[in-house]
Amino acid sequence: MPEINHQSPKKDVPAMHYQGRMHALQKELINRWYQDLHGVWENQQGDKKEISARGAVSLMISGNCIELLRAFDLLPIYPEINALQLAIRKQALEYLLKAEEVGYSTDNCGYVKADMAFLLEGASTGLQTRIPKPSLLLCNFVGCNTYIKWFEHLAHFTGAPLFSLDIPFLTSEEPTPDQTAYVMTQIKELIKVLEKISGRKFDIDRLREIVSLSAQAEDYWAKIKDFAKRVPCPFEAYFDSTTMMGPLYVYRGTPEGVKFFQETYREFEEKVKLGIGVVPQERFRVVVEAPPPYPYFKVFRDLFTSWGACSVASTYSCVGGIWEFDFRHDPKDPLGSIARHMLIHNVCNRNYLQRYRQIERYIREWSADALIIHSVKSCRLFSAGHGDMREYFSKTLNIPTLFVESDLEDPRYYSPAQMKNRFDAFFEALEHRKFGKTSQGTAG
Amino acid sequence: MNALAGIINRCGDIVEDVSFAAVREYKQKTGNKALGYFPVYSPVEIFRAAGFLPVGLNGAGNKIEITSADSRFGSFICSIIKSTLELAIKGHLDVLDGMVFYDICDSARNLAYVIERNFSEKMFMDYIHLPQRSNGAAAVSFLSSEYGRIYKKLSEINSTASSTEKLRENITLYNANRRLLRELYRFREKRPHDLATRELYVLMRSGNFLDVQEHNQILSEALKELDGRRLKPKDTVRVIVEGSFCEQPPLELLDIMDSVGYYVVDDDFLIGRRLFERDIPAKGNPIQALAQGYMKNSVSSSVRHDPKRPRVDALLEKIRRHRVQAVIFLYAKFCEPGLFDYVLYKNVLDKEKIPYLFIEFEEKMWTFEKMRMELETFMESLLFEYA
Ligand code: SF4
Ligand code: SF4
Repeated sequence: MPEINHQSPKKDVPAMHYQGRMHALQKELINRWYQDLHGVWENQQGDKKEISARGAVSLMISGNCIELLRAFDLLPIYPEINALQLAIRKQALEYLLKAEEVGYSTDNCGYVKADMAFLLEGASTGLQTRIPKPSLLLCNFVGCNTYIKWFEHLAHFTGAPLFSLDIPFLTSEEPTPDQTAYVMTQIKELIKVLEKISGRKFDIDRLREIVSLSAQAEDYWAKIKDFAKRVPCPFEAYFDSTTMMGPLYVYRGTPEGVKFFQETYREFEEKVKLGIGVVPQERFRVVVEAPPPYPYFKVFRDLFTSWGACSVASTYSCVGGIWEFDFRHDPKDPLGSIARHMLIHNVCNRNYLQRYRQIERYIREWSADALIIHSVKSCRLFSAGHGDMREYFSKTLNIPTLFVESDLEDPRYYSPAQMKNRFDAFFEALEHRKFGKTSQGTAG
Repeated sequence: MNALAGIINRCGDIVEDVSFAAVREYKQKTGNKALGYFPVYSPVEIFRAAGFLPVGLNGAGNKIEITSADSRFGSFICSIIKSTLELAIKGHLDVLDGMVFYDICDSARNLAYVIERNFSEKMFMDYIHLPQRSNGAAAVSFLSSEYGRIYKKLSEINSTASSTEKLRENITLYNANRRLLRELYRFREKRPHDLATRELYVLMRSGNFLDVQEHNQILSEALKELDGRRLKPKDTVRVIVEGSFCEQPPLELLDIMDSVGYYVVDDDFLIGRRLFERDIPAKGNPIQALAQGYMKNSVSSSVRHDPKRPRVDALLEKIRRHRVQAVIFLYAKFCEPGLFDYVLYKNVLDKEKIPYLFIEFEEKMWTFEKMRMELETFMESLLFEYA
């Protein structure tokens, strides 16, 4: 850890440990979700267990419409979270190789490959639970074309029914009335399908309650993201935000979800009051673009921390929704706001230049010194065109920009030594630029 | 040189010319504007009705060197993305007044906006969302609204009045074009020895750069001439080629397939040019007819999702219809939609015990020895099996 700090930090502040209350709560919630899914699986095996869920539906994270599932007591299965868990538990490679054996290309998105191999193996999760067969494959095509393939493959190999929710890509700031009408019609079609598979009638008032719970959690989440404007920043807005995304997508629309975000908000509020940053001596504030390398999650995080760098905003934490710019689900217009969420308020369905604008805004309003682009091979949604993004930020806007490549699932694309060199060189230069002198010999 | 060879050579030259001379010439002659479209399918009738020459972009093959575009798009992005950008950077696309992209894959979508950011002073960019679902009423009416939107925009840019008649006229012209292409493919299916893969290919692809009226004439003449061709049939294997629906293989690769001896009786090269199984009605509301055509009357493709019609069924159907012995999968390296589909195809072909070969190419490649060997070995195994 570099010792020097040119900003005279508060010396008596204790260093914050990576693991806060938030992390423990998150773990508890995610475990519970896996147990609930396991309950559905057991029921499918003929064990007549008491469970509250009426089945499970697979859907994708981006612009997810979890509220609709909750309205029918259906549990979500997120194949992406499954893939992420495999990577972070360092099991991904085994499944990636299996996927390649059945014909998946080394160049296909690793998330899909790991999840499909996991499914074909009929394996247990890291928590020794099983994922049930979905009652429905809800292919919410919100930006990522790879989703479509993923769900076609799930349908091919599981035989589960497939419903496609085709969300037109956002080409201007507001969707056209035709785009909105198209999405609304499909939502209504989907409701009919969900009624059938759950055996439950659609109740708009129930959905209003759920949407109102979503809005409460979203309010806290937005305020949490706002805390990251503080110096020092009380949490890691890339790494910790990633942790918070689990509850955000799985538990939105439930009292547990609200509670999680309320408690997390309080935890960070305390830190703000005491002036405690997540990085012991905050020296650099950065914005991060694209997903993290899950197989090297901690190692990658250390590259930031060891330089006293803290992420204050990240685009990846917005794949499932963007709430820091005022959007909320609306109990007065539950279906309309679900449509708007999918169409406009998530990073995946917004066009590439809108992403540039979002990053610019982060850099300005969250007072960042630099941009870090972690270009992942798997995910072209993020990475296709990253060279242009680098060019725009570093040359046109003159913002220090670090561009590094690896992958979010496949450990073979991460080279620890090389990555460290790139980070060290970048922060050394940034240090010079920000503080006017270098800290020779202390870096990293 | 006989008349047929003359036509085919001219088409070959047009296809390999990355300076778009044919388009420049047409613009000069007519004073019309030109609109480039990225693969796979494009409602060209609408573009032409609004006074634009539709120009089909399919990368630059191995005809330009990528020197700048690879710093904008990483090493794991397919070639066509980079060569299209390189064409723009080097000024070759200055001949276009605008460009249109579609929701075919994540890379193409981002390219659309990189083009917009870097070249908006030279041309406009539009992005059309082709529905990714079954042919429900909502999808048809949404697509009609998309088509209506683009027609209005193009007509305004060109200051032309919108006209149902003009749209119908164009539907008729392109129906004729697709009919001629279907006829060529039928010819190839019946008499593969009389029409080489490359010949058929350049005849078809030249239409990307010519006005449809001229292209129709070329195709009609070629068909007439072909009828008199009498080359010697070979005793060889019939295959279909699948996978090159977007980025196109180098012409040399097509030559190799021919010289190794395959009869390629169907393929999905430039599948967007012949997407429809039947004519589009030139009566009623033409915009709606085109939208209906796309949703209800199009052949299966890797970039169009239809939960009711799995692509594997379409492939099996194609194999049976053409009575082929094997499938050659010819995928562009890094092509996400294609490479994903391969997994499911492989899965069913293994079950059905239908032989297949998997080849990955890049449009910019120069050496083909490895592929020639793979194609030869596969041929031997097929001949052995069917001996
Ligand atoms: S391409 Fe990216 S967004 Fe799409 S499934 Fe893969 S990781 Fe997710
Ligand atoms: S070749 Fe494949 S990956 Fe490349 S632009 Fe075309 S569809 Fe997309």
